[in-house]
Amino acid sequence: MKGSDVTVSNVSKSFGTFSALKDVSLDIHKGEFFSLLGPSGCGKTTLLRAIAGFEDPDSGVIGIDGTDVSGLPPDKRHCNTVFQSYALFPHLSVFENVAFPLRIKKTPKKLIGELVLKHLALVQLEAHANKKPNQLSGGQKQRVAIARALINEPSVLLLDEPLSALDAKLRQHMLMELDSIHDKVGITFIYVTHDQQEALSVSDRIAVMNAGQVLQVGSPQQIYENPATEFVARFIGEANVFKGEVLSRSGTLNVMNAEGFGEMLVDDETPVDVGDTIIVTIRPEKIRISDDKPSGRELNVVRGVVEEPIYSGFQTKYVVRADSGARITIFRQHANWSEGIPDIAWKDEVFLSFAARDLVIVEKNAR
Amino acid sequence: MKRNYGMAYATPQALWLTVFFAAPLLIIIAYSFLRKGLYGGVEPQLSFQAYVDMANPTLLTVAVRTLWVSLAATIITILIALPCGYSIARSKNQAIRLFLVIVPFWTNFLVRIYAWIAILGNEGFVNQALRLIGFRPEGFQFLYNQGAVILVLVYMYLPYAILPLFSTIDKFDFNLLEAARDLGATKMQSYLRVMLPNIKGGVVTAVLFTFIPIFGAYAVPLLIGGKDSYMLGNVIADQVTKTRNWPLASAISMTVTLLTAVSVFLFALKKPKEQHIEKDIDPLGSSSPKLDAPQGSGSVPAGGH
Repeated sequence: MKGSDVTVSNVSKSFGTFSALKDVSLDIHKGEFFSLLGPSGCGKTTLLRAIAGFEDPDSGVIGIDGTDVSGLPPDKRHCNTVFQSYALFPHLSVFENVAFPLRIKKTPKKLIGELVLKHLALVQLEAHANKKPNQLSGGQKQRVAIARALINEPSVLLLDEPLSALDAKLRQHMLMELDSIHDKVGITFIYVTHDQQEALSVSDRIAVMNAGQVLQVGSPQQIYENPATEFVARFIGEANVFKGEVLSRSGTLNVMNAEGFGEMLVDDETPVDVGDTIIVTIRPEKIRISDDKPSGRELNVVRGVVEEPIYSGFQTKYVVRADSGARITIFRQHANWSEGIPDIAWKDEVFLSFAARDLVIVEKNAR
Repeated sequence: MKRNYGMAYATPQALWLTVFFAAPLLIIIAYSFLRKGLYGGVEPQLSFQAYVDMANPTLLTVAVRTLWVSLAATIITILIALPCGYSIARSKNQAIRLFLVIVPFWTNFLVRIYAWIAILGNEGFVNQALRLIGFRPEGFQFLYNQGAVILVLVYMYLPYAILPLFSTIDKFDFNLLEAARDLGATKMQSYLRVMLPNIKGGVVTAVLFTFIPIFGAYAVPLLIGGKDSYMLGNVIADQVTKTRNWPLASAISMTVTLLTAVSVFLFALKKPKEQHIEKDIDPLGSSSPKLDAPQGSGSVPAGGH
């Protein structure tokens, strides 16, 4: 595997009174596609800039392949950045933009030609070598920025929200392309984004950040299916969140008194004690919506009224007001019509059911 | 029908320029081809004597000196103005700093020259201070030489260079400097290879705004310079007021104007050499791709002639 390990140990950084990073530690593995995901202002870009060498951490150590890089200027670090604004040099052609790092290194001219062509081919821009950046579309500029960042053959590529300036369709396309570039070059990618879809679809692992802290590190599945905190559950995808006191527990099966719901069966390995106040979540697609009352073992069932049906082609999102008061979101896939899906409409009375094991305890001893 | 008032708007300016710019210029041209009057003025008689008189070794010496003093002062001014403009553009309180650059304009030009005499003169502040800390009591001769003239010229024209440089640097995307650093450039390389080519327009303007007035300088060499610091402006003034050879003064003026105009024209119109790569790039890279892109370093604006 090419690429480098990146270790972030107890890094803190403040700007005036604002602390952007609070004692952040991360282990990023060789060749990994690693995402830093969080809302704006969560410190993800500051962390990326610290790895690149643009910010000096107030404390803590950043190591690349086990070597402490603190104090090394950006030009001495073996990582390159794809900037959010592309930062292409407007006075240079596409060719010269990509050749820039080689010219700085005084690479022989002939080799420059070969390498630049190779990297332009990687991003499918061979035909545009002579153009100036202002003659390119957003997606093309992005590709130039990627080719330019890769030409020095860095061991780590840092991507700072590289797709945020592109429209939705193009973003999807570029994302897949980034993924295939990652497969081809095999180096470590550290990808900063606030878009959970982007992070989920391409990352090997994701670090979810908020307010300068890393809340959870894990594979996309782990993050989505087993969020570590309420924030992670709410930030990634949609989540129904219930809070209540544990009434009884046998094995991993708990009975809780969920606010706005009533007694709820929760099957989760997290050890809790009777009397603890816990927060649990369930993903909307794991809840079944039906006309008639379903029954089953370890099944939570509640009756409610559809407040908002939102049709979006491949699925319908329902917001249901349970008779007990909670507002619950349900996604229902339109897999096939032969199932004879009843037409559930606004103000219909419905039953919602979900299995105890699909609930996840995200916080215990909540206030 | 749409009425076009363009002419109406342009007429006052056109009149102004005709009366106060074109007409005097024409008069000077005409004077240079007339015969010299005995006590100044001209005789209405065609003569090329003025242009013959110009071929004079003393005048040539002054012309060469004027050129090098102007070039030296311009280069020093730009070199000081670049970091100034940069720091103003990057500072949080631009308004205050710009204000400080403009403040000297509130004081009369001549007063500011005399201020320098008060600073650098034999009994000036600097000499008094040096005497206090034990340097030779007779003081140093700072004034009345070429160096002093260049120093004061730089001081006088610095704001004219800082302002255009500031306004282009202010529009410069500083992310590009970070990108350059990220791609392996040192701090200096990122300024020279990324910032400088992108603020070329401002540099050209700053050079024009300083070189042209310095080339025609009169008061500074007269008051600050010694007898070896005479510049063309002083020669012209002497021809009008002392030697009373108006045709010669006109001829020198015309030549200077013409030379300045031509060199400015060449300098300002000089297009940056277009980077070009051979058009037919073979995407699959046949054995030897003919990709001899010229070195990207021809980017520093060449000086005027």
